[in-house]
Amino acid sequence: MKDVILELQSISKSFDGKQILNKLDLEIGRNEFVTLLGPSGCGKSTTLRIIGGFEKPDEGRVLFEGQDITTFSPDKRNVNTVFQKYSLFPNMNVEENIAFGLNLKKKSQQYIKDKIRYALKLVNMDGYGQRKPMSLSGGQQQRVAIARAIVNEPKLLLLDEPLGALDLKLRHEMQRELIKIKKEVGITFVYVTHDQEEALTMSDRIVVMNKGIIQQMGTSKSIYDEPQNAFVADFIGDSNIIDGIMKQDRLVQIQNVLIPCVDEGFGKNEWVDVVIRPEDLVIVNEEDGYWKGMVVSVIFKGAYYEIKVRVGNYEWKIQSVNSAQPGSMVGLTILPDNIQIMHKPHSEDAEVVKEDE
Amino acid sequence: MSRVEKVNKRSLFSTPYILWIIGFTVLPLLVIFQYALTDGNGKFTLTNVAATFDMIHMKAMVYSLGIALGCTVICILLSYPLVMALRCLNLKKQKSTLFIFILPMWMNFILRILAWQLILSNNGILNFVVTGLGFAPLKIANTGTALMIGVVYDYLPYMVLPIYNAISEIDEDIIEAARDLGAGSLTVFRKIILPMSVPGLLSGIVMVFVPTMTSFVISDILGGGKIQLIGNIIEQEFTKAANWNLGSGLSVSLMIFVLISMAFTTKNDTEGKGAAIW
Repeated sequence: MKDVILELQSISKSFDGKQILNKLDLEIGRNEFVTLLGPSGCGKSTTLRIIGGFEKPDEGRVLFEGQDITTFSPDKRNVNTVFQKYSLFPNMNVEENIAFGLNLKKKSQQYIKDKIRYALKLVNMDGYGQRKPMSLSGGQQQRVAIARAIVNEPKLLLLDEPLGALDLKLRHEMQRELIKIKKEVGITFVYVTHDQEEALTMSDRIVVMNKGIIQQMGTSKSIYDEPQNAFVADFIGDSNIIDGIMKQDRLVQIQNVLIPCVDEGFGKNEWVDVVIRPEDLVIVNEEDGYWKGMVVSVIFKGAYYEIKVRVGNYEWKIQSVNSAQPGSMVGLTILPDNIQIMHKPHSEDAEVVKEDE
Repeated sequence: MSRVEKVNKRSLFSTPYILWIIGFTVLPLLVIFQYALTDGNGKFTLTNVAATFDMIHMKAMVYSLGIALGCTVICILLSYPLVMALRCLNLKKQKSTLFIFILPMWMNFILRILAWQLILSNNGILNFVVTGLGFAPLKIANTGTALMIGVVYDYLPYMVLPIYNAISEIDEDIIEAARDLGAGSLTVFRKIILPMSVPGLLSGIVMVFVPTMTSFVISDILGGGKIQLIGNIIEQEFTKAANWNLGSGLSVSLMIFVLISMAFTTKNDTEGKGAAIW
């Protein structure tokens, strides 16, 4: 049995009559790096705020190491938060910010001094102790905010899109550092983000949410390789999601072509959603592919080309290191392993989020 | 175009304001100083300014200072709970509550003070209620208490508004961060809200202390002529005694005193920058 540090039991929450969380169950293991991932408004931040004690759930319980803390205020919980907007105290310098929680716990001055030095070193901010938050860059402020939270040695650290306001390069650097910090201090991280790449890079386990409901939980690899519904497939990475008919076990018909796959256990002639990752499609000679189509666009993306090929009335998205000639006819092929078959969604939250392109 | 020409062209726009300052601030001040430093025959003298230290003037000065300090402290004590209560409301309710609060400011302030005179007078509304409840009538009219009620009532909005502005700018995230780190409501107020409201508090103090210190109409009406603030004495030197020289001399002293008190307040600010306040 895994060592569960936090358990959410059937949590529901509405704001102004709008349901944000719907009977959410979640267990978080000790020393785990769990990421709540989903589009804005999916309830991930609300979940975090309920764990932190900033919101009370309408229904359900929050258990921390087996103890019911549902009604505890934030200051009574052994949990600390790193906020998206850093939220440093502008009237205090960096050291005073970091010492804030320790002073309230009436720790000795020597202990506090040692802790500040350790924490500043941990987040690479040696020598910034006397600076005011306003004189620091966004990345530096977030480092201080992380230091301010972890000096209290919480058993659980909540991070609410902590890197959301940083530029891409800094974000990557901070991602690596967060993983390093996590390893060093050995506390459980619950991380909220809408950035799927961030989630895939950092997490031990990803919880994909939409419309207040957990869509899928699992490791980065399982979420990416085996999405359980169209929403997850669409949200995590690029995908081609297309209708198919399951002809028999391990044989699916897509765009009137029978294609071998590895999925079993669907009904005969059942309509299904088929997910194919753009990098798994291979462009071959016109006559060698399952499908024939015309190259409609080729966009250079740096590490690869994004190529669109029209077959019938569907445009396949393909990522390839080799370019193609727009207007030319090509064939498309795929390995059976790379085809992911899913049941048609039975509820709205599991559907692809439509957005205007 | 040369730099000098550019500067000249830009400074052209400020001409009306410079004229305004010269005409309505600098010249009148010079006139006051001229009156203050001369006697009735136009000869230079320091007696008018030195008269500040006469017993009767000193007494009025100290009394004014007491009223001004008292009024400022009471306004501060009333403002913080109000502003904290406002913070708990949603933004729309905050604005409408504040509006109701400020509404009386749009009425002539002498009218407001006259209303207080009616309320507090010996046969007034307050005593009507008090005796109706079976208590002995209160003697508030024409006392320092009446004056204090008047100045607090009049100047409270000038304390509430700047403090409200300072506190409403504090991000909810910062307060949540403090609570997250283990601060209860009282600690949040003492360590976060209070220090961060200092700029508003300071402008509130200036806007309440200075006019209270120099006021004379409120003490005239609510004090029944029995209370002599330094403002009353100056007023009387101009209107009744027709001794403009002495009136100006006392004004100059008062102005210097107020400037010194304000310099003291702002000095505290630059040294503390909020952190040293607690």
